[in-house]
Amino acid sequence: MIDEPTRRLDEGALRALVPRVLAGLVRRGEDFDAAEDALQEALLEALRVWPEHPPRDARAWLTTVATRRLVDARRSDAARIRREDATYAEPQPGVTEAGDDTLFLLFCCCHPDLAPASQVALTLRAVGGLTTREIADAFFVPEATMAQRISRAKRAVQGRRLDQPGDLAVVLRVLYLVYTVGHEGHVDLAAEAIRLARQLTLATDEPEARGLLALMLLNHARRPARFDAQGRIVTLDRQDRGRWNTREIAEGVRVLQSALAAQRPGRYQIEAAVAALHDDAASAEETDWPQILAWYDDLVALTDDPVRQDPVAVLGRAVAVGHVLGAAAGLRETDRLRAVLGDRHRWHAVRGHLHELGGDLAAAATAYAAAAQRATNVAERDHLVRQAARTRAADSARRVVT
Amino acid sequence: MPKYLLLKHYRGGPEPYRSVPPMDQWAPADVEAHLAFLRHVTELLQANGEYVDAQGLTPARTWVRYGGQDAAPVTTDGPLPETSDLVAGWYMIDVESYERAVELAAYVSGGPGPGGQPLYEWVDIREVMFGGPSTQDQA
Repeated sequence: MIDEPTRRLDEGALRALVPRVLAGLVRRGEDFDAAEDALQEALLEALRVWPEHPPRDARAWLTTVATRRLVDARRSDAARIRREDATYAEPQPGVTEAGDDTLFLLFCCCHPDLAPASQVALTLRAVGGLTTREIADAFFVPEATMAQRISRAKRAVQGRRLDQPGDLAVVLRVLYLVYTVGHEGHVDLAAEAIRLARQLTLATDEPEARGLLALMLLNHARRPARFDAQGRIVTLDRQDRGRWNTREIAEGVRVLQSALAAQRPGRYQIEAAVAALHDDAASAEETDWPQILAWYDDLVALTDDPVRQDPVAVLGRAVAVGHVLGAAAGLRETDRLRAVLGDRHRWHAVRGHLHELGGDLAAAATAYAAAAQRATNVAERDHLVRQAARTRAADSARRVVT
Repeated sequence: MPKYLLLKHYRGGPEPYRSVPPMDQWAPADVEAHLAFLRHVTELLQANGEYVDAQGLTPARTWVRYGGQDAAPVTTDGPLPETSDLVAGWYMIDVESYERAVELAAYVSGGPGPGGQPLYEWVDIREVMFGGPSTQDQA
């Protein structure tokens, strides 16, 4: 029998310190790559030691251990010493607030030259304070593979200076990517993305950052109802709305309203507004589809050629068109996307939904089966097979009756 | 302990013992029973300490070969895309013996199909070569 440790380590608090300590090291003149490696070692040490011996000052502890690792690394690498000396010679401008630390590090990790997978991995480690193993587990790859991906990414962004402005649009895209890859295993990446987006909103007034946070909260609120006890997908119209997280919805709406007040709309704010309207409906029948369609009109108006540039928005709008103007009109909207999205499961799934809405169960079954063949996620594939089987059976039953 | 891949196929292999339509054409209750069986198999292998990995593959396939210097890769969906073997997924297991692998493959093959009757699906067993260093002197 093993005794439960009397003190449980607050991993969230520990991880929240990571970007602040890292930014402190970089501001002091350490290079990003070496400092991030050293801090990762300090983090692993903290996870091992702190449950038994909690530090008096957690931030100072991490800084000291990381610094010791940096000194060790320098001693063993003469070439590095020369480079570090050169860096020390140019003191960096001082920024002091925690929000600035987060923003600076997000710009480093979401450098536009990096591939999305590298941006995500680096962000989760350097800003999220996750260990390489946790990130590897979340993406179902070996730890060594993820370690290599992170070190290659860091080599690519080396030499970046503190005063360079970053690309906020890329940061937002990376955080949304972290959110959408989901919540498998030990680490809930969706919750992690929300935490990072919340930090980001403290660092920038850009309404799209708040729009992204609102979008995540308003979607995440439905997560408890999205799967049943057997892990089966439950579609929005069949979800038990009593299981939605009202606290997240309230926060999401509040954040969205403050973003919209800036009068600078963008895609995340618009998508959050759509999510808010779904969350606001007491039942599927009470969904305000005309209002949703109006927001989708705004969304597709953001791009010159939405069919090519933002086909997913056009597809979402087609569903709203189906509910407002009828299934046939919705299906006509999807026709425009055949060349762009015809190989994707979602296009077929939407057509299945619209055929079913219009009462053509045989066509719905065929479309759902085509969607199932193209699905790349097991839960979605199984769901689409069920939808096909259900609509086909309903169609047969109807033929017997009539 | 030897490792085996139990390969399931969308098509190909010996003549089917029982011919069944694609799952989207089964009765909804039969679909549920089969998906529940798949979950059960994974849990069983994990509980036995025999599970290594299980993955499904989408049916889309592209054959690729080197196109030659300065040429793009050459791709095709196969000479006979409708009749060639097409792997659907696998279980990788780590078991005591070949006999145990056969036993598990037969169990997988007997999962419920339309009408709740066993599928009698052909399962392809392949032994995985050991990648570690040799521990014995070789002849």
